[in-house]
Amino acid sequence: MEEISVKNTIKEALIKHFHDNRSTIGIVDPARVAELRDDAMQTFIEKGFPDNKQEKWRNTDLSRALGRDYFYPISQFQDSTQAEKIFKCEVPGFDTLSVTVLNGWYVNSDKPLSVLENGLIVGSLRTAFKTYPELVESYYARFADYKSNGLTALNTALAMDGIFIYVPDDVVVEKPIRMISLVNMTEDSMIQLRNLVILGRNSKLTLVQCDDSIDEHRSFTNTVSEFYISENATLDHYKLQNINDHSTLINSSWFELKEGSSASSNGISLNGGLIRNETIVRLNGRGSHTDLLGLYLMDRYQHIDNQVFVDHAVPDCTSNELYKGILDDHASGVFNGHILVRRDAQRTNAYQNNKNILISDKAVIDTKPFLEIYADDVKCSHGATVGQLDAEAMFYIRSRGISYENARMLLMYAFAAEIVNKISIEELRNRIDDLVKKRLRGELSICDQCVLHCGAQEQKKEFKIDMSRI
Amino acid sequence: MLSIKNLRASINKKEILKGVNLEVNPGEVHAIMGPNGTGKSTLASIIAGRDVYTVDEGEIIFNGKNLLGMSVNDRACEGIFLGFQYPVEIPGVSMTNFMRTAINEQRKYRGLDPMPANEFLAKMEEKKRVLEIQAKTANRSVNEGFSGGEKKKNEIFQMAMLEPSLAILDETDSGLDIDALKIVANGVNRLRRPDNAFIVITHYQRLLDYIVPDIVHVLYDGKIVRSGGKELAIELEEKGYEWIKAGLV
Repeated sequence: MEEISVKNTIKEALIKHFHDNRSTIGIVDPARVAELRDDAMQTFIEKGFPDNKQEKWRNTDLSRALGRDYFYPISQFQDSTQAEKIFKCEVPGFDTLSVTVLNGWYVNSDKPLSVLENGLIVGSLRTAFKTYPELVESYYARFADYKSNGLTALNTALAMDGIFIYVPDDVVVEKPIRMISLVNMTEDSMIQLRNLVILGRNSKLTLVQCDDSIDEHRSFTNTVSEFYISENATLDHYKLQNINDHSTLINSSWFELKEGSSASSNGISLNGGLIRNETIVRLNGRGSHTDLLGLYLMDRYQHIDNQVFVDHAVPDCTSNELYKGILDDHASGVFNGHILVRRDAQRTNAYQNNKNILISDKAVIDTKPFLEIYADDVKCSHGATVGQLDAEAMFYIRSRGISYENARMLLMYAFAAEIVNKISIEELRNRIDDLVKKRLRGELSICDQCVLHCGAQEQKKEFKIDMSRI
Repeated sequence: MLSIKNLRASINKKEILKGVNLEVNPGEVHAIMGPNGTGKSTLASIIAGRDVYTVDEGEIIFNGKNLLGMSVNDRACEGIFLGFQYPVEIPGVSMTNFMRTAINEQRKYRGLDPMPANEFLAKMEEKKRVLEIQAKTANRSVNEGFSGGEKKKNEIFQMAMLEPSLAILDETDSGLDIDALKIVANGVNRLRRPDNAFIVITHYQRLLDYIVPDIVHVLYDGKIVRSGGKELAIELEEKGYEWIKAGLV
């Protein structure tokens, strides 16, 4: 009972916050967005936060994260130029167009929305509300269904800014766009971030979405991102998550694909107190294709949850899922993969796999592959494995003179490499490769500040394998 | 070099080795023969340090050091090499990186600096040539997708790279066609030196036509029941193991 009352406290605070600040929150809303806010708040009032009684939340417990007081920023009060000073995400040789969100607010307020020569629009969603209301209205919350999801409802009611990207028909965006979301607050904060990405026909976009925390404050970030991919367009999407051990990140990504289009999404979860990725893909046009990949490396008391729903709504679509994770210490993980093949979706080809390595006997993974098939001409497969590091392989490696620690590292890295190697941009692959190695060695910067479980895991290990040659 | 005295070992309380004695001196090639399930592979594994076996009694001394209680990797660094009967596939780890890591860890153990990259690559090339290993193999993951013969050749290649003082080859000949067998044997023969030794475990005389042993042992029911010169292998081939069994009754 105590849990419920805790949730009610924060729920009531959020409802009050919404009503008290209703005019500020929706000040630039196009008419439809304003309506959605009120309706979504109504849904949130009815549904509240998800709890463990819901099947999809059975193994992810938000009660601790929700048992705290948070500040809800409703205006941009920080000097936005600060962001560039406090955070420098450098990827050598990786020429990108960067857009940054600080505490849920778009940074670079003197140029909130840029229109490039080719017609590409990149910038603040809040500004897009004002500048392109019709464009925003025709997509916003069309696919991200808040009716069935309390957190998406909360986001729809409260989100005020985020990234807006519009790629016109036939435009191939050469430079990848980097969307960086930073949290850097003087107090614990709950952030509602909303992104809207629209790809026109035959367009092409590479998008790198990074979530980082800069300090050790507790934050609760609830991000909803919608990706609308028109006919024959291609989206290459990467998520890189590295937040502190006290923070919670809910990242719902909604992809809707039209005929002949394809979307890949590769999520690398390096660090975080509680991370939940909800990836919802609707293959809604013939011949559309999606590749969904994930890698999670969790230790101490961290929790990772990947919820993947692929909806084969029409015939002749293909989907491919591979999620791999390594869990150490008391870390826990959830994989819930649901593939729905609707009655008309003949000649569907769907593949799903989740592989896990548990390093310690205290680490836990709940993995649940689930196929729901109503068509009769389909090829579907799923699999899930949970194991330890292969004892035979350990013995083999060590029998050549390689120490226990390095043998373990080689095997963990080799396990992770299957996902990392699928990153098609070389510079990004090298960068992520490096981050993964650092993470496995316990040298990732954010870990150094950890106060939860400082001990053996955090000691820097001498490690002289030149991984670049693997 | 290697001195095994009264070695008794078991797995899950089932005794497999029932008092093995074996002396190997530098420059010697020993062959251990015997029917299936008599403890040949167990003996090899215990020398290398596989921890699924329990050593109940006896000792293994290698170059004056007690091997029992020493880690698998330290044993390798001391100069012991096990050629696996079933080499393990390690997806995601390239042969090049595997070998370089192994060589440099062994060098570190001996107080040496890492091998310079060019020297290492030249060594790889040379050993690959000797063993007729295709260039592309080195870029592939360790043993992944290798045929049975390629895996066995790869074991000998690793041995050639690591230059152990004692190499134990556990049924390296099984699964090899005659051409691969000759290449493997040739690789071993080229590595023979007055200061190193080999223990070759095999079922068949065939391999011993190419790697000529100094001493042949017959392991039967957890014990070495007979030792002799290379003629013993020929005699075994002619008469079969029933001959040994009959002699024991």
